Amino acid sequence: MSAEKTLNLTLKVWRQKNNNAKGSLETYPVKDISPGSSFLEMLDILNGGLIEKGESPVTFDHDCREGICGSCSLYINGEPHGPARLVTTCQLHMRSFKDGETIYIEPFRAKAFPVIKDLMVDRSAFDRIQHAGGYISVNTSGNTQDANSIPIEKENADEAFYSAACIGCGACVAACKNASASLFVAAKVSQYALLPQGKVEAKDRVLNMVKQAEKEGFGPCSNTGACEVECPKGISIENIARMNREFLSASISK
Amino acid sequence: MSKLDSKIPNGPLKDKWTNYKNNINLVNPANKRNIDVIVVGTGLAGGSAAATLAELGYNVKAFCYQDSPRRAHSIAAQGGINAAKNYQGDGDSTYRLFYDTIKGGDYRSREANVYRLAEVSTNIIDQCVAQGVPFARDYGGLLDNRSFGGVLVSRTFYAKGQTGQQLLLGAYSAMNRQIAKGKIQMFNRHEMLDVVIVDGKARGIIARNLVTGEIERHSAHAVVLGTGGYGNVFFLSTNAMGSNVTAAWKAHKKGAFFANPCYTQIHPTCVPVHGTEQSKLTLMSESLRNDGRIWVPKNLKDAEGVRNGTLKPTNIKEEDRDYYLERRYPSFGNLVPRDVASRAAKERCDAGYGVVANDTNEGVFLDFAAAIQRYGSEEALVKGISNPSQEQVTALGEKVIENKYGNLFDMYKQITDDNPYKTPMRIYPAVHYTMGGLWVDYNLMTNVEGMYAIGEANFSDHGANRLGASALMQGLADGYFVLPYTIGDYLANDIRTGKISTDSPEFEAAEKKAKDEINKLINNNGTKKVDYFHKRLGLIMWNKVGMARTTEGLNEAIVEIAALREEFYKDVRVPGTADELNQELEKAGRVADFLELGELFARDALEREESCGGHFREEYKTEDGEALRRDDEFAFVSAWEYTGKPSDAILHKDKLEFENVELKTRSYK
Repeated sequence: MSAEKTLNLTLKVWRQKNNNAKGSLETYPVKDISPGSSFLEMLDILNGGLIEKGESPVTFDHDCREGICGSCSLYINGEPHGPARLVTTCQLHMRSFKDGETIYIEPFRAKAFPVIKDLMVDRSAFDRIQHAGGYISVNTSGNTQDANSIPIEKENADEAFYSAACIGCGACVAACKNASASLFVAAKVSQYALLPQGKVEAKDRVLNMVKQAEKEGFGPCSNTGACEVECPKGISIENIARMNREFLSASISK
Repeated sequence: MSKLDSKIPNGPLKDKWTNYKNNINLVNPANKRNIDVIVVGTGLAGGSAAATLAELGYNVKAFCYQDSPRRAHSIAAQGGINAAKNYQGDGDSTYRLFYDTIKGGDYRSREANVYRLAEVSTNIIDQCVAQGVPFARDYGGLLDNRSFGGVLVSRTFYAKGQTGQQLLLGAYSAMNRQIAKGKIQMFNRHEMLDVVIVDGKARGIIARNLVTGEIERHSAHAVVLGTGGYGNVFFLSTNAMGSNVTAAWKAHKKGAFFANPCYTQIHPTCVPVHGTEQSKLTLMSESLRNDGRIWVPKNLKDAEGVRNGTLKPTNIKEEDRDYYLERRYPSFGNLVPRDVASRAAKERCDAGYGVVANDTNEGVFLDFAAAIQRYGSEEALVKGISNPSQEQVTALGEKVIENKYGNLFDMYKQITDDNPYKTPMRIYPAVHYTMGGLWVDYNLMTNVEGMYAIGEANFSDHGANRLGASALMQGLADGYFVLPYTIGDYLANDIRTGKISTDSPEFEAAEKKAKDEINKLINNNGTKKVDYFHKRLGLIMWNKVGMARTTEGLNEAIVEIAALREEFYKDVRVPGTADELNQELEKAGRVADFLELGELFARDALEREESCGGHFREEYKTEDGEALRRDDEFAFVSAWEYTGKPSDAILHKDKLEFENVELKTRSYK
């Protein structure tokens, strides 16, 4: 571990003081990075140096640093969450990079994700899509029926789980040339559509959530599949197909 | 007479909660519309409370520092949630869950609270399933269970290794429904900086908008803190980077007693430290101990060989391995409670048997080879393969393990670059959860009227050690099923109060104080970044207030932390300004509070002259090294009253009465 060869890198980082300011890529060298360090620890080291020099550190979203909260983002060398598959930026380790490499670090870009500062963007549009129907209307009473009263086929339960694994990071939007939120919306629609508890409100849900996504300024889906490739949780585009079926049937019958 | 009244209802244990609910004051629906409640934190406790209070009709203002309530750190909980459903028919019951929790907590929690927790646990599962939480199911379509440490039944419900995420998304969806209706006003990227007390009652908070830097006043008839634990006082922990004690600590400084700050859970199975630039530690779920066997080499030279890379663990013969948990605790084996497993790992590593080449050789093996073979043979039988080859068995077994723990194995591989299917994981204990927190009564109210603390932020249910899969249970129990009743009883007196003004001198003063503290940090012009101080605090805590504590070490820690705090205020550098998004400023404020809490934490550990649960004093152990409790003198909750200097706090003893269980020496042998 300590004997591993360290990395010297050149970083090109998007700096933007606030939403109204004009941004630009700035160049920063970083030295002696351990391959066992995480990508965000590498940025911590960069920031430590900037603070010591009296410069402003780079702002980026991060929290759990174990790939589950969905806070971290970053468009690294042209890919959301960087070159490794099925991981978030916080789980990306420096062993994925070579000594001497230049790394481009930009924010997730989409009209519906305005930049707040540097690499931090506003993803509250995702919250508003969920307000439009991402729930089952059941009150907390303590008197709902017993959890085992409705058996759910294991296959459907597992599928619902895989859809529910979405962490709401927005990589799908950043990866998409249309900045479409289809994979995100489809994952939520699918989770509920696959469970008996979710079926009652299924039609209104899909119509309202899709409508809200359009209203937020996310683009349409043109089935390139880039979202699936970049999704850190491996959410399948089959979810989009399911959403489209749900949407079509809801549109006809409503 | 102590200032503390735990307000435990009279009557037999099993009837207390029912009787209580039958006799409290209720608020009629029309009046609820005129009552405001602030909920700080949107994890399982805060999120479920905000949703439920809004459903009931109160106007809720909810706050979180993250960019969305869905990102609170409950989301990272992996293994599962306990409930006394007894779906497995293995002898579980409300009483048994209660008993296991009291015993697991080393007899330092309150009977009535714990019994209520066990009682409502079953409702949680019903509620979550109704919300669409995709729990794991068996082939018959019914809910599956697994086993966790410190118990002999399978009562843990789970959703792969992402149970916390699924439960939190359930609570978040319930919140979304109320946000859409305008019943919850959500404040993302807001951090609470102080609580405002008017005429002795909590009536609002001061919060900073983290995007604009604006300091805001928010009023309400009651304030609920669901702000989580303070494990980050150790710098390295499994908590999220932003997890902090600020809300609870500011409440403490405004009069709320802080209970049992020294009760910290050091979780046995985390990925070991790799270097000085490490920013956090990652947990490997306790559920892995269902199938993983923990061991170190029996011979010192083998341990050394593993550390310097000349010996592969898989080449160490079975008879040269020390499965020390199975050896020391034959009846619970690898599933002993967390505190016991952590101390046992430390004992082996201190003795030189550690297997990780970091500064302190801290690491032990968690090995799945036996489970892979066992499952593989089982699968071969099920699939009708006669005389399967070794390779076939291994492949089949690995598949089973992948289905159960796939995402955890992937995460481990990502961090360490090691393949845990082929070679044992290396793990070591790390700070994970804090059982201590704000003192609350049976109503979950602190000693400040109208201020409530729920979930990990309070002290009440886990005593000196929390059992696995019980944090999620407590968070949701408090938020969905307990607080909504108890807060109503209090708010029934507020139906004629009307809107609380934010123009009062109390709000004025609290806002000014918050601004002054920020300006002090911004204008400090020191030379060292915030992390420099946080890391040093963490080292003091880990070395002197960690898994093994001594009088000498604790006394030193108190002095060192106070000195470090002084140095912090002399020399910290916070770049940027107060009126912009400033992550270093956010960190500085949190670390300033950790530097105070750490001192009280060490004092609490010093005063508790016994060993119990996660609190282990070297001076108080049995002949075979187990924790030695001193019930005659220490069967109480330490509730600390702030007086100015953190370690000069006044101790109030909230005596623990055990009427339903007999205090025994905890044994897992």
